[in-house]
Amino acid sequence: MAKSDALLPISAREEDPLLSDGSRSDPNAETHGRRRPVKGLLAVSFGLFFIAFYVALIATHDGSRSNDVKIESDGTATKASRAHLAGVSEKSNDQLWKLSGDRNTVAFSWNNSMLSWQRTAFHFQPEQNWMNDPNGPLFYKGWYHFFYQYNPNAAVWGDIVWGHAVSKDLIHWVHLPLAMVADQWYDANGVWTGSATFLEDGSIVMLYTGSTDKSVQVQNLAYPEDLNDPLLLKWVKFPGNPVLVPPPGILPKDFRDPTTAWKTSAGKWRITIGSKINRTGISLVYDTTDFKTYEKLETLLHKVPNTGMWECVDFYPVSKTLVKGLDTSVNGPDVKHIVKASMDDTRIDHYAIGTYFDSNGTWTPDDPTIDVGISTSLRYDYGKFYASKTFYDQNKGRRILWGWIGESDSESADVQKGWSSLQGIPRTVVLDTKTGKNLVQWPVEEVKSLRLSSKKFDMEVGPGSLVHIDVGSAAQLDIEAEFEIKKESLEKILGDASAAAEAEEFSCQKSGGSTVRGALGPFGFSVLAHESLSEKTPVYFYVAKGKDSKLITFFCTDSSRSSFANDVVKPIYGSSVPVLKGEKLTMRILVDHSIVEAFGQGGRTCITSRVYPTKAIYGAAKLFLFNNAIDATITASFKVWQMNSAFIQPYSEEAVRALSRT
Amino acid sequence: MHLLVLNVLREKMMKTMMMMVMMAMMMGVAMGDIVDKTCKQTPDYSLCLSLLRSDPRSSSADTVGLGLILVDKIKALGTETLGQINMAYKTKPMLKKPLDECNLRYKTIVDVDVHTAIIAIKGNPKFAEGAIVDAGVEASVCEGGFPKGQSPITGLTQKMNKICDVTRAIVRMLL
Repeated sequence: MAKSDALLPISAREEDPLLSDGSRSDPNAETHGRRRPVKGLLAVSFGLFFIAFYVALIATHDGSRSNDVKIESDGTATKASRAHLAGVSEKSNDQLWKLSGDRNTVAFSWNNSMLSWQRTAFHFQPEQNWMNDPNGPLFYKGWYHFFYQYNPNAAVWGDIVWGHAVSKDLIHWVHLPLAMVADQWYDANGVWTGSATFLEDGSIVMLYTGSTDKSVQVQNLAYPEDLNDPLLLKWVKFPGNPVLVPPPGILPKDFRDPTTAWKTSAGKWRITIGSKINRTGISLVYDTTDFKTYEKLETLLHKVPNTGMWECVDFYPVSKTLVKGLDTSVNGPDVKHIVKASMDDTRIDHYAIGTYFDSNGTWTPDDPTIDVGISTSLRYDYGKFYASKTFYDQNKGRRILWGWIGESDSESADVQKGWSSLQGIPRTVVLDTKTGKNLVQWPVEEVKSLRLSSKKFDMEVGPGSLVHIDVGSAAQLDIEAEFEIKKESLEKILGDASAAAEAEEFSCQKSGGSTVRGALGPFGFSVLAHESLSEKTPVYFYVAKGKDSKLITFFCTDSSRSSFANDVVKPIYGSSVPVLKGEKLTMRILVDHSIVEAFGQGGRTCITSRVYPTKAIYGAAKLFLFNNAIDATITASFKVWQMNSAFIQPYSEEAVRALSRT
Repeated sequence: MHLLVLNVLREKMMKTMMMMVMMAMMMGVAMGDIVDKTCKQTPDYSLCLSLLRSDPRSSSADTVGLGLILVDKIKALGTETLGQINMAYKTKPMLKKPLDECNLRYKTIVDVDVHTAIIAIKGNPKFAEGAIVDAGVEASVCEGGFPKGQSPITGLTQKMNKICDVTRAIVRMLL
């Protein structure tokens, strides 16, 4: 019937053409009937669209963070985002192995002889399995304590608990039973990194991050069960844990690694904890009187856009004038403050020097162009070095730096050899009183107690020379060297106006390594070198002509030919190093099997490398001095010591007694 | 009269159905957007899409969930490759040495890298990134051990590397 037809909604009517032979029904009838029902349908579908869109918005925010890099119009942000990208690509180069061109026709595989050689003689490492961040280092009742992230079950990360060891001298360690395990809901998924604070009465509190049974990051309080036990074997977790949970605006997985506390002028204790908001790395600040309840400051200690998550934040004073360490609570006109953070995105530790304002718990850098975390900002170490932490050693009045040195090999090899990771040699840290613009690090004095026999050398080395330095076994060495470029060579280069200023273009990473010859470099030592030089790890200076006839000195470690193996990372590390007028070029190198630590200009630039030679091992590891410069003759004056083992002992009361007698 | 009621009811049903279809479409498009948006930020958009969409969990997963789906793919591919390696011992016995090495490497992928990636992705993603990068390395090293042109698993190696690259990109979003 025509009348009822007109009342039917267009959908029904439109159905008919579809249901029939597909030919369209009368178009006039369609358009006439379309208006009223279609309006309603449109309204309904718009409403649905908005609901669905809203739901989608919520869904996309769940768990994932915004990826949008905030591109601001001012220059610093652009620089920062460029730097962020640069940081990522550095990381990619580091981690993306390229199969080496010198690949053998036979498959390379690690044998036990090669792998067991890799274990170090005098660097801290547990007897087996995986280790990462240093935790809660402290000195108490005659013992240096070291705690660390440890996996008791495998040579890869996981099941993290706190390992523990003690030493009288930061070098000779005895392992102790695990200090803390994941036995509470609030640290069931990991007993993560933390720091120790000494209270006025000499007692100790430990704050650490727990990953809860729901993988939320919270801060927990622990303390020694018995302060009369100098070994601090047993630790008690505060029953009221956690003492801090992620505050509003902070994601549950962006809240970890509480610092040692320092006293404010108001008499409270203050800590800082790294985090992020979108892509801005930040450090939150809390005040407390009892370490159980906290008030969060509205201000942040500091923040830097486009640096990502800040892990293992460290904050401490350094003297502007004295070459000594300062207790974390020291403040005053003769003091600068260091903010350091480990960048999750790039696995690089950065620090900056600045001024702390106690009244509101903020800190500003002296030089914002090299603010914490920007790729060009200062680093403790230009090699493999992460999650570092300092502590004040009240025993000898120094500030000491620990750093986690991970492996640069494959996990197959780690599983096969049964262990993974080292700690760097503990270093003292002070402000460079000569430049005022960087820290200076140096292996603790006690390393010298490992020195056995030594040989002294003085030689002049012409351009394109290689000298075998016969020191016998060459896998455990301490080398201290002084270099000078002969005056005539320098004058020739500086006087030659046509010689390009290459310093602007040069970088250790990108300029081809130790075999690329320049006018004034590279020159230095090849450690862990095979006599055929098919495997070697050069540590060297490269002096380049800069603008205005200035010379810029670079300090590099080239591991690109350190091993035939094609499943290890072989980067070229390094940086420019400040050289002041009248200074000779100096370097110190600690060689300890699969780790090489190089210190340039008294520790102004430090480079830690992991190397895994396949041939230059045991008796076949040799030491060479080289000068690959085209024009410069250098004089080298150096001493090489054989290094003893530190004989790090597994836990036994006998071992403890033996150490306490030293 | 009845016809009118029936028609009205039919009209209401059609309307409701249309609503539901529209809603499902909107939801589908919106949810699929997370997968789409995520995959756009990886080095291989189409591979990422096909891997994720082949798993029904992807329609309601967050970034961690998407990462876990891909880690599952790595495990499956690794296991498949181990099977191929085993078969190759019989068909190409002269390649025993590189096959042994591949066996070791792929066992690391399936038993070690995958396991580490799964626990780390939920709590501390940088360790998951390391494990995934390692999986790619183990695969490449295994492949590199064969004399040129003689690898029985080249296609699988290439696939592993591509999946690892995509997975790594997604894990990096969690940093």
